[in-house]
Amino acid sequence: MALEPVPTVTGRAVFIPGADIDTDRIIPARFMKCVTFDGLGEFAFYDVRFDEHGVKTEHPLNDPRFAGASILVAGVNFGCGSSREHAPQSLRKYGFNGIIAESFAEIFYGNSTTLAMPCVMASPADIVAIRDAVEADPTTEITIDVTNLRVRSSGGLDIPVTMPESAREALLSGRWDPIQELLDNDSQIDAKAVELHYV
Amino acid sequence: MGKSLFQKVWDAHTVGTIADGRTQLFIGTHLIHEVTSPQAFGMLRDLGLKVKFPQRTFATVDHIVPTIDQDAPQDPLAAEMMQALRKNADDFGVTYFDLASGKQGIVHVVGPEQGITQPGTTIACGDSHTATHGAFGAIAFGIGTTQVRDVLATQTLALEELKVRRIEVNGDLAPGVYAKDVILHIIRLLGAKGGIGYAYEYAGDVFDRMSMEERMTVCNMSIEGGARCGYVNPDAKTVAYLHGRPYVDMSDFSATAARWLSFASDADAHFDDIVRIDAADIEPTVTWGISPDHGISISENIPDPATAKTPLEKASIEEALAYMKLEAGTPIKGVKIDVAFIGSCTNGRISDFREVAKYIQGHKVAPGVQALVVPGSQIVAIQCEQEGLPEIFRAAGFEWRGAGCSMCLAMNPDKLVGDQLCASSSNRNFKGRQGSSTGRTILMSPVMVAAAAINGSVADAREVFTLEAAAAVA
Repeated sequence: MALEPVPTVTGRAVFIPGADIDTDRIIPARFMKCVTFDGLGEFAFYDVRFDEHGVKTEHPLNDPRFAGASILVAGVNFGCGSSREHAPQSLRKYGFNGIIAESFAEIFYGNSTTLAMPCVMASPADIVAIRDAVEADPTTEITIDVTNLRVRSSGGLDIPVTMPESAREALLSGRWDPIQELLDNDSQIDAKAVELHYV
Repeated sequence: MGKSLFQKVWDAHTVGTIADGRTQLFIGTHLIHEVTSPQAFGMLRDLGLKVKFPQRTFATVDHIVPTIDQDAPQDPLAAEMMQALRKNADDFGVTYFDLASGKQGIVHVVGPEQGITQPGTTIACGDSHTATHGAFGAIAFGIGTTQVRDVLATQTLALEELKVRRIEVNGDLAPGVYAKDVILHIIRLLGAKGGIGYAYEYAGDVFDRMSMEERMTVCNMSIEGGARCGYVNPDAKTVAYLHGRPYVDMSDFSATAARWLSFASDADAHFDDIVRIDAADIEPTVTWGISPDHGISISENIPDPATAKTPLEKASIEEALAYMKLEAGTPIKGVKIDVAFIGSCTNGRISDFREVAKYIQGHKVAPGVQALVVPGSQIVAIQCEQEGLPEIFRAAGFEWRGAGCSMCLAMNPDKLVGDQLCASSSNRNFKGRQGSSTGRTILMSPVMVAAAAINGSVADAREVFTLEAAAAVA
């Protein structure tokens, strides 16, 4: 089942400050009372975008200069906590196509890759450089180049980034959703189930 | 060179390698609940797929279930999710421990008590606290909903192999220091992101002496340290706990037990990292901030951003103190609380309630404090009733509720209001975690929660109660 390869993603970017941004912050639990992922976009970062009276806060996602940004830039351990796929689903539906951070929590990372949303890691200094570039000129276009593991900006930034080779390969080959490959090994699965006394 | 338990289980369950280089890993047991499974069943229907091994998936309802009038949620969305799970379990032939079964509860409490959780197996669930099952020497981890689909359709997952860090804790825990304090201490030392890329093996005589339930408390919070899974090697206690449980095949139990024990890490196993901790350094530990690694001992002061070593750490402390409305450099002891919560997959088992009940008799919850007790499962609740524990809790001013996740993540009606501060035996102190966007959480052991409830403020349980050293439990 070949899907669309994701060699690059390009768009304007927004920096969301803070370490250890957890998946409860990305999508508060009360919005998970749903039986589909449709409609989660409007609730991304809801409790930090709105105060308890429903009034918009000074969160970067409320800053009109960053409206329409599709690349999220963040710090360390982004997406930690709950395994809820609702978190990357809500970011995807909010309009994000890629994330650049110092580091990611593992479950969030895997969930994002499966949604064809590349997540790349950059050094702390390079995160600051990207932040400064987009805050100085929010119209700056940022490209995540999955093929060459670089992040470039329309303003001339060109920095190295990393990602696990398996995620890179999955995105480049259009195999970011592994279901067909898993299904293809049906006979080996049956053999393993018997070998391990599971059936 | 010998192998670690992780390596043995991983190798045994490897089906093959997929094109991107990841391992296709067989998942022995799949646990599902109402929140992260409906979309996965939707995907199966869209793709026209069946559940490959329906007998290897077990469902229960825990996240959104109310703790009062459990089968009649007032919230129509909660009712819809419970109905969806019923329909999905029926349509696909999956065993469902529903509210009428007498076996419903938090998925990580139900698995072990049914004997579904077994050593040397792989266990996946759309819930990050699946590492709890590692207490039995299983490799157990949380997955996303698309992966729930993968397990339903193929009983396998595409995964990257983890490194293994052995965390050895040796020595004696002082009275009043519990399994919860041990894991909060570990997370404090290694950080909330310290475990990324690792499975944690908990070893040393402290874990050897722990009961299975205490081991579950420790493994449960591996993810709070960034580790996707954590485990304790199976031993005689593991075998004794599982003996006679409903899903344990008793036909040749000694052979089964021998096979389970064979998965334990070899004496000369390779570990990618080893950390050694002295049990004597561990004190009753509480959190002060908004990440589980924001931990201090009960006798310490709240950190001061002025003493931070890096600008990032300074900003992180300032953000946490502003949210928690706490003052830098002041004692955590004495901070006023509004709510006390005892329950969750971390600390909602029979031993937790027994331990608290030992000390609260003759005490009263402080005026103005709401104190909630939520058993982890219906079986735990029945056991508590047989032992007369609900009466003890009620007499001390606690509310005794029905089983579920409740105020750990507040997807049901049990929520903080405004900026209420909760002393909680749960696992996460994230901003807004307990149902109010300004609500505040301080994590601690159940006995410490009880002490805080009685004092009306964060307290040292050793000063509120006369605590005994934890007895070694068989």
